[in-house]
Amino acid sequence: MQTIVPPAINSLLYMVIFGTLIGSQIADMEGFRYIEYIVPGIIMMSVITNSYGNVVASFYSTKFQRNVEELLVSPVHNLFILAGYVAGGVLRGFAVGCLVAVVSLLFTELTIHSLWQTFSIMLLTSILFSLGGFINAVYAKSFDDISIIPNFVLTPLTYLGGIFYSIRLLPEFWQGVSLLNPVLYMINGFRQGVLGESDISLGVAYAVICAFIGLFGFWAMKLLNQGVGLKD
Amino acid sequence: MQALSIQQLRKQYKNGFEAVRGIDLTVEPGDFFALLGPNGAGKSTTIGIICGLINKTSGAVQVFGHDIDRAPDAAKRQLGLVPQEFNFNVFEPIRDVVINQAGYYGIGRVKAKARTEHYLRQLGLWDKRGASAQELSGGMKRRLMIARALVHEPQVLILDEPTAGVDIEIRRAMWTFLQTINKEAGITIILTTHYLEEAESLCNNVAIINQGKIVEQGRVSELLGRASAETFVLDVSTPITGALTIPDYRVSVLSDQQLEIEVARGQGLNALFESLSAANVQVDSLRNKTNRLEEFFIRLVK
Ligand SMILES: Nc1ncnc2c1ncn2[C@@H]1O[C@H](COP(=O)(O)OP(=O)(O)OP(=O)(O)O)[C@@H](O)[C@H]1O
Ligand SMILES: [Mg+2]
Repeated sequence: MQTIVPPAINSLLYMVIFGTLIGSQIADMEGFRYIEYIVPGIIMMSVITNSYGNVVASFYSTKFQRNVEELLVSPVHNLFILAGYVAGGVLRGFAVGCLVAVVSLLFTELTIHSLWQTFSIMLLTSILFSLGGFINAVYAKSFDDISIIPNFVLTPLTYLGGIFYSIRLLPEFWQGVSLLNPVLYMINGFRQGVLGESDISLGVAYAVICAFIGLFGFWAMKLLNQGVGLKD
Repeated sequence: MQALSIQQLRKQYKNGFEAVRGIDLTVEPGDFFALLGPNGAGKSTTIGIICGLINKTSGAVQVFGHDIDRAPDAAKRQLGLVPQEFNFNVFEPIRDVVINQAGYYGIGRVKAKARTEHYLRQLGLWDKRGASAQELSGGMKRRLMIARALVHEPQVLILDEPTAGVDIEIRRAMWTFLQTINKEAGITIILTTHYLEEAESLCNNVAIINQGKIVEQGRVSELLGRASAETFVLDVSTPITGALTIPDYRVSVLSDQQLEIEVARGQGLNALFESLSAANVQVDSLRNKTNRLEEFFIRLVK
């Protein structure tokens, strides 16, 4: 409970402040009321930060308490170790994401355009960020190291990934720069699943997310197989 | 086939320090084996490599013929490890700690529960099954680690200083337990310890490691036989005044009521007592200065 409620409260605040208070002063975005437009982004933000946060914290503390050694001495395959942590991150991401979605019903109607698309983008995104959290935990040598990436990389990328605005509002140059941000594809892919409207093409969104999953998955397995941060 | 075989094992840590420098070691099945060495000798490093916790730099290790590089799973199934440092999730009930460990070896839930109960009872922890590890005393945590190491019923049990910080009564109980599983279940036991008395009374074979190298290896009895001299401390009731010379023995006077005498191998004590009687020295008591293995050990690693 204490792990999924606080993040939901966070999102609630976003919806109150940006959605209702400020949003009421803002014109429609891409033909949707502002609150409607930002809710999918806020859901995704909570999925991303919670998947990542769950895995980075749980794997780091396993390392820190040394009980990761219980796994290392046993014949459990590295792929299963990784899959276990990712599954934990996905579950947490989903739990918070669903709670945030429920909370958003207080502010707007949530009619989902494509359930399949919404679900698959959310799943793939939480897998990706769970992998990211795992990699972060492998390299982390102190508790500070597990908050640096979330604070200095993840948060800016999500904020700049078009949670609160459509990149079509940006000057052309910054639109181009935004396209380099992988989080943009996740948020827009998800938003399109909900609203049926997006800044980018859906195929590109899936391709980008899957490519990153492949990359991070490969990276995480390599770290585990080599025992980086664990066996050296 | 050997229970454990190590060839030219080396480990250089990332900071450049060479903790293990070409170790060769074999342990026969069913043996009770001690790995002795001073702090920092490389015992835990060697054990960590055997059990898959530390990457080696070079060399090879086989556990019952299974090479840890080529057949890591088979090797790991034969091994149970009781590490030097506590390494469990301190918030989890201890019964779950053991059950989960069984799960990592693919043991089904029902069997895992039965075995957990069996080993927790044997180690006197069943009453504590619902407690978390942080609620256990140091000695209980050690025993929990033994239960956890045995739950998949390995052929080889490796214990890294299992009795450090354990009181005498529990230490003896642990010795009896280890001797029993060694004799009755035929489990090969390898342990490191700083209590040489422990090695002397438990183990058949011993290897002495110093600065990453094996400096001596053999049967405990044989090594003890090789110890060239033994030092005794004598308490005397009549204060010694003036010089005391006892032919053939090296004597040092510690205080006017205490003597230290070095007795060479095969020399015996009769002549010593004759000389002491002749010098009118009344001996109240006699004891070893250190135990014999300890003396041997100290001489080797000096
Ligand atoms: N991760 C590490 N990085 C660098 N050096 C290390 C590391 N771990 C151990 N060492 C060094 O390697 C040497 C051997 O350490 P090890 O823990 O194997 O000794 P030990 O024989 O188990 O000692 P003790 O009896 O104190 O437990 C020590 O000098 C230690 O400082
Ligand atoms: Mg050690």
